[in-house]
Amino acid sequence: MSAYLRRAWIVVWKDVLSERRSKESLNALLFFSLLLLFVFQFALGPERARVEAALPGLLWLGFILAGLLAFGRTFLAERENDCWEGLVLTPGDKSAIYLGKLAGNVLLMAVVEAVLLVLFAVFFGLDFTGALPALSLVLALGTLGLAAVGTLFGAITAQLRARELLFPVLLLPAVVPVLLASVSATQVVLSAQPLGDAAPWLKLLAAADLVYLVVGVLTFEFVLEG
Amino acid sequence: MGVRALGWLAVLALIAGLGTAFGYAPREAVQGNVQRIMYLHVPAVLTAYLAFGFVFLGSVGYLLTRRPGWDRLAMAAAEPGVIFTGITIASGSIWGKPTWGTWWTWDARLTSTAVLFLVYVGYLLLRGMIDEPDRRARAAAVVGILGAANIPIVHFSVKWWRALHQPATLLGPEPSPIAAPIFLTLLVNWIAFTLLLLYLLAKRTEIARLEDMHAG
Amino acid sequence: MVRAEHIRKTYGPAPVLDDVSVELGTGQGLTLLGPNGTGKTTLLRILATLLRPTSGSLHIAGTDAVKEPDAVRGDIDMVGHGSWLYEDLTAIENLRFWAVMGGHDAGRLRLHAALEEVELDAVSDQRARTFSAGMKRRLALARVLLGRARLLLLDEPFTGLDRAGRKWLGEFLMSFKTRGGAIIVATHSFDAGVGVADRVAILASGRLVLDRPAAELGLEDLRRLYDELAMGPGATS
Repeated sequence: MSAYLRRAWIVVWKDVLSERRSKESLNALLFFSLLLLFVFQFALGPERARVEAALPGLLWLGFILAGLLAFGRTFLAERENDCWEGLVLTPGDKSAIYLGKLAGNVLLMAVVEAVLLVLFAVFFGLDFTGALPALSLVLALGTLGLAAVGTLFGAITAQLRARELLFPVLLLPAVVPVLLASVSATQVVLSAQPLGDAAPWLKLLAAADLVYLVVGVLTFEFVLEG
Repeated sequence: MGVRALGWLAVLALIAGLGTAFGYAPREAVQGNVQRIMYLHVPAVLTAYLAFGFVFLGSVGYLLTRRPGWDRLAMAAAEPGVIFTGITIASGSIWGKPTWGTWWTWDARLTSTAVLFLVYVGYLLLRGMIDEPDRRARAAAVVGILGAANIPIVHFSVKWWRALHQPATLLGPEPSPIAAPIFLTLLVNWIAFTLLLLYLLAKRTEIARLEDMHAG
Repeated sequence: MVRAEHIRKTYGPAPVLDDVSVELGTGQGLTLLGPNGTGKTTLLRILATLLRPTSGSLHIAGTDAVKEPDAVRGDIDMVGHGSWLYEDLTAIENLRFWAVMGGHDAGRLRLHAALEEVELDAVSDQRARTFSAGMKRRLALARVLLGRARLLLLDEPFTGLDRAGRKWLGEFLMSFKTRGGAIIVATHSFDAGVGVADRVAILASGRLVLDRPAAELGLEDLRRLYDELAMGPGATS
């Protein structure tokens, strides 16, 4: 394995290991997802039809809110003990760190999203099994876009005092296209519409993901500097 | 001096723009005089895009060369960019009220412009929160580059999303062929706004350069 | 090995560092003395390529470190206030992470050997969170051992160490020098810092007020001079 990939891999390894030991982020995010369900229910009222109609939007609302929490913390561990400084001093292409952090974030979100889907199914009596393969594709593409921007902006805001305020302010406008496309595609997948209708949205998502990844890979070293 | 002349030129062009918008361009049959706001709305959005183009240019320039001049360009372009975007949204809203009866419609261009507004307001907020010049320039540059790269993506996603729910609205310039007086008026106003932007850029970068010289 | 010329760093109107020039050859140790707040850490971070100087030049092993910091970073290692530790990881996991990040061989035997040299092998599977300050410092040095650094920068490495710890650190630094590495130690603690030095420099208010080979200086004179500068403006004596 090339040195570049080894470095990206060791970042993932480190983050997964730390998370498994401390369980800080995952527990809080899972509990947060549970809370969201209650909030959605109370906000929309008892009629199941209303929830079903709003389902694609609710799902992605849940994912984005969880993502805001998760991505904002991406570089939290690095701010302790000068580890950030250690990363700056590593030789070689720094974008390996970006990709490693991105992979970690995607893994984290995958778990949260899976749990959220299960919670939705249980609490609102919904059945996703038929749509699962297509839904997984939409989730994968959408989450990749969110995480690509979230990881990059997470690094930018990591050193700021007003991190909690600025991170959502920067992230949300930037991921509007991902939100629009993901919700629209989810709508197609969950309803009786032919899957072909989702194709343009999926292509847009794929294109957007590519653009965000390229920008992230090219500019990460400038964020990491000093 | 060059900048001063540019300023006067911009003022003249703006006066010409106002004149043509109210005097020369014809009164629109269906929408009436409120349609004249298009001569503010369209040039404003074009100039906003130009301004954000400069932000992108300055951002890339700084990351590649680390010369502060590029960062000053990006900073100087972002503020007018946000203002012109605001003018676009406000004029679009004012145009829409008599035409559609509401202050806001989720019209494709209006929505895209609003998202753009939010992105670059965030850019300015970020700049305001970092004191160290190099860190500020780098962070802003990355956000500026992503923001610019996102513009076409936002445009298409909003347009398709909009197409799903309602047919395209009429909040745009006259369908082609555009009558000559209308085209001319648009052109004059667009030139005027562009000159204004260039003047503001020149002035702002000069002030920033003097500030940096004084501080360092 | 290290050649810094006319380094200047400003954050606003007043410069934190003003016209500082430092030169150090391989196998040599420089101790930067100075009370806190005089710019020692800033200078150290500039030498480590963590900060860019406002003006001035820096060459490490012949390469321009301001223009091409990534080219020289493989040669530099730093032990600062934090020790680059991930608290939830064990000692050996921390070492493995930084070894791979630095592009070094991260084989288990090698990692354990490094831990043995710093006398931490017994706690190799304990989480870093449980370590004392001295142990954390030693873990950072194990990390240095795994690397190929030719220039080692240390910021206040003696704080939090007991007498035995200081002696141990001193020996570590001596052997690092013997193996051909260059060392720069920044400290405000006079006694500990001077031991390893071939040259001593005193930094006061962002300027270098002294830079001499240690052999030339009488220890008592040096101590008096340092106390004077340290107790300088702002003292209440």
